[in-house]
Amino acid sequence: MSKRIVVDPITRIEGHLRVEADIENGQIKDAFSSGTMVRLLEEILRGRDPRDAWAFVGRVCGVCTSVHSLTAVRCVEDALDITIPPNAELVRNIMFCAQYMHDHVVHFYHLHAMDWVDVVNALKADPQKTSELAQSISHWPKSSPGYFSDIQTRIKKFVDSGQLGIFANGYWGHPAYKLPAEVNLIGLAHYLEALEWQKEIVKIHAIFGGKNPHPNYLVGGMACAISIDDVSGINAERLAYVGQLLQDGKNFIEQVYIPDLMAIASFYKDWGAIGGGLGNYLVYGDLPANGYKDTKNYKFPGGAILNKDVSKVYDVDVRKDDEVQEFISHSWYEYKEGKDVGLHPWKGESKINYTGPKPPFENLDTTQAYSYLKTPRWKGNAMEVGPLARVLVGYARGREDFKAVVDKALKDLDVPITALFSTLGRTAARGLESVLVAQWAHEFYDQLLTNIKNGDTRMAEMSKFDPATWPKTAQGVGHTEAPRGALAHWINISDEKIANYQLVVPTTWNASPRDSKGQLSAYESALLGTPVANEQQPLEIIRTIHSFDPCMACSVHIYDEEGKHISRIGILEN
Amino acid sequence: MINDASVQQPTYYQEVERKGYSRREFLSFVTMMAAFMGLEKSAIGQVIKAMETQPRVPVIWLHFQECTCCSESFIRSSHPIVADILLDKISLDYTETLMAASGFQAEAAMKSTMEKYKGEYILCVEGSVPTAADGVYCMIGGKTSMQILEEASANAKAVIAWGSCASNGCVQSAKPNPTNATPIHKLLSGNVPLIKVPGCPPIGEVMAGVIVHLVTFGKIPELDRLGRPKAFYSKRVHDSCYRRPFYDAGLFVETFDDESAKKGYCLYKVGCKGPSTYNACGVMKWNNGTSYPIQSGHGCIGCSEANYWDNGRLYERASSFAGFGIEANADTLGKVALAATGVAVAAHAVATNVRKHNLIFNLEKEGKQSEKELES
Repeated sequence: MSKRIVVDPITRIEGHLRVEADIENGQIKDAFSSGTMVRLLEEILRGRDPRDAWAFVGRVCGVCTSVHSLTAVRCVEDALDITIPPNAELVRNIMFCAQYMHDHVVHFYHLHAMDWVDVVNALKADPQKTSELAQSISHWPKSSPGYFSDIQTRIKKFVDSGQLGIFANGYWGHPAYKLPAEVNLIGLAHYLEALEWQKEIVKIHAIFGGKNPHPNYLVGGMACAISIDDVSGINAERLAYVGQLLQDGKNFIEQVYIPDLMAIASFYKDWGAIGGGLGNYLVYGDLPANGYKDTKNYKFPGGAILNKDVSKVYDVDVRKDDEVQEFISHSWYEYKEGKDVGLHPWKGESKINYTGPKPPFENLDTTQAYSYLKTPRWKGNAMEVGPLARVLVGYARGREDFKAVVDKALKDLDVPITALFSTLGRTAARGLESVLVAQWAHEFYDQLLTNIKNGDTRMAEMSKFDPATWPKTAQGVGHTEAPRGALAHWINISDEKIANYQLVVPTTWNASPRDSKGQLSAYESALLGTPVANEQQPLEIIRTIHSFDPCMACSVHIYDEEGKHISRIGILEN
Repeated sequence: MINDASVQQPTYYQEVERKGYSRREFLSFVTMMAAFMGLEKSAIGQVIKAMETQPRVPVIWLHFQECTCCSESFIRSSHPIVADILLDKISLDYTETLMAASGFQAEAAMKSTMEKYKGEYILCVEGSVPTAADGVYCMIGGKTSMQILEEASANAKAVIAWGSCASNGCVQSAKPNPTNATPIHKLLSGNVPLIKVPGCPPIGEVMAGVIVHLVTFGKIPELDRLGRPKAFYSKRVHDSCYRRPFYDAGLFVETFDDESAKKGYCLYKVGCKGPSTYNACGVMKWNNGTSYPIQSGHGCIGCSEANYWDNGRLYERASSFAGFGIEANADTLGKVALAATGVAVAAHAVATNVRKHNLIFNLEKEGKQSEKELES
């Protein structure tokens, strides 16, 4: 007989996620992932100026800030056939890299680490031994016995005060915590260091985009003009600032994040066999080295892998209407054609229809619709997106840079490549791609300097900015690799206005409910078979869910068929 | 604000000292915060005294219809000591973004604070509250955000509406507002003081400044008629913009990346909403003073103003939306008032303007065509 447990809210994520799981003989037998908040931004976008879309959809998420804005400007540029200048591509790439460095480090230390690091146990560590251990794994200068002793003293007093603040009610002392006290102390110390560090790397967004969170983008390029002889432009001081921040970011990733990740992973190798789930991976690809349209020269190659078979990578085309489709059989929406069909986003239609229990409630009826997320499929397959998918596709495409970091990590941990298909693999892949991204950022930066030195200072292609130059109707698609995975927006433009705007985002792929065939999506699938030692403290569920880095605000959307709200467009224009 | 001797919590100064900061660093931090809050020098002593003697304050931070940019901005707060105090030193007992506990343990942490510190905790709200369909568009732990807000606000000492979502509804309340996303002031009983801190997001140091003000002075900061702290929202971005002299001289960017853009001219004609936006961006800037939207070449989008998503398109000149005529008059008056305010950046810009009169005169000639266009 199985027992249903509920974890709601799942914390240390973006947004509102609920998991219900059936536990039998100490293992998860079935699992249900539910998104419980909706804002209906696509409906709000209808009738707006397409050039403004980036600002609206940028507000889809402030954690993976900038990624939706980037996708939106690409989407509109695709529809209007605008090719941006190389410098604008480079600046967007550098901002993309800064976002990854920030997001992955914050995820590891502030959203995920406490699943592996027992904060209270760190109080038992010997600072001298902690220092020796830290110095054996990294050159990072802050590693003296005194440094660790100060951190420990501070935390001890904090705990003694009885007011644990954000550390209150954690699963401390749970038998699944396996780290020696010294590693716990290193993790805790770097939690605090990373909190100070993270505000630095995003200054790159402020330099090019004016602020972070939510930097500004521009259809046609970027608004930050290059003017090496003006204080207002991107000049030598601004560029030097960016260079310094990129170097500091790379240092932190190589000297703090990666050594910590490897040290912690070495104590949790059993998690290399837990939480694998689907085994299907989808990547759109990103970081153009030769312009956005040249998809073969992306630093992150695109492609799909099925059934963990890395000997074969399938090409993906987001324009084809039989590839990416969305289903609603277990979502709080309606389709005109019924609950069981799948629709390509350009033809998407639906109407919100909450049929769940009246709040306050204890349980959802998971035999019916149980989430505000729709269920995307690629050629009918449930797919996992995110760092693990990217690293596997890069590896399977035979790319040397991916092979180098992956093979080294597998060797250092002494685990086979199959260990990647797991909760641990997902968490490790996030770190490994951070190393690559930090290196690529420098290549983009150097290229930007070279261009300027050679006299190319163009930053925006404005010849098609005026709506009078646009065709009467146009449609476009923009895609990226958000830190959390494959992201695409689809737009229909009619009479200079947005007729339809649709987003299929990473967490929708991963966190969606099952489809009409009963196929589970990535979260639910990854939870099957996971051991749960204590139903009151389901730490194991949290570990696997966090390994995906959920972003719920991104994932909840609604699409309406084109023209449905004509009267509302009328109101907008008045 | 919470001066109950029975609550044995360490003071800020004790905590700061414990962390290893010197008294000198502590004083310099306090002075900086006082400057941000626009205080007279004589008030700095009061801040120092308060920080040395006031105990820590329990904080509950709720998340509703949001994108979490406010939480992200909060952790960007630049002075290390501020990040330490606000993340470690206030007792942040509930925030879904950072707290260790999940599920019922998370809810228990919130409940415990609400009971133990009844009438003493600060309630922060990030996100709007959807009231359509009885609130089912935002549910946490099986309850609607409407239910949670009602429970958590009943016994709060004060409520802070973080960001434009909680203050004004922000993007999800833009037309046609399909979920009836509602700013929290429309749902609160009115018995608890409310501070609105709009912006998408607000500047990190502004968020820190509001909390520091509450804690150090034991009262809410002086608010304007819209409920925003005067210290940060009493001036228009336009009035503190370093590109203001170009506006006055009629020198404008005509299209992005043109020669005028490279010279850093005024962005008004490509849609800058600085003339109708009240915020501290021009003075404090973003990310520890690194830049702000106008400095990086894009106009202000007006993110701290109510209904900014429906106040005209981004790249539409501000004069074409309602109300700018009144603003334009205020502008002329604003110039006179400006000299008296002593806002460092703007005052400097004006001074420069005067000193370099001849240079500006030449630039004006260049800008005459623009000016004509503007008036037409």
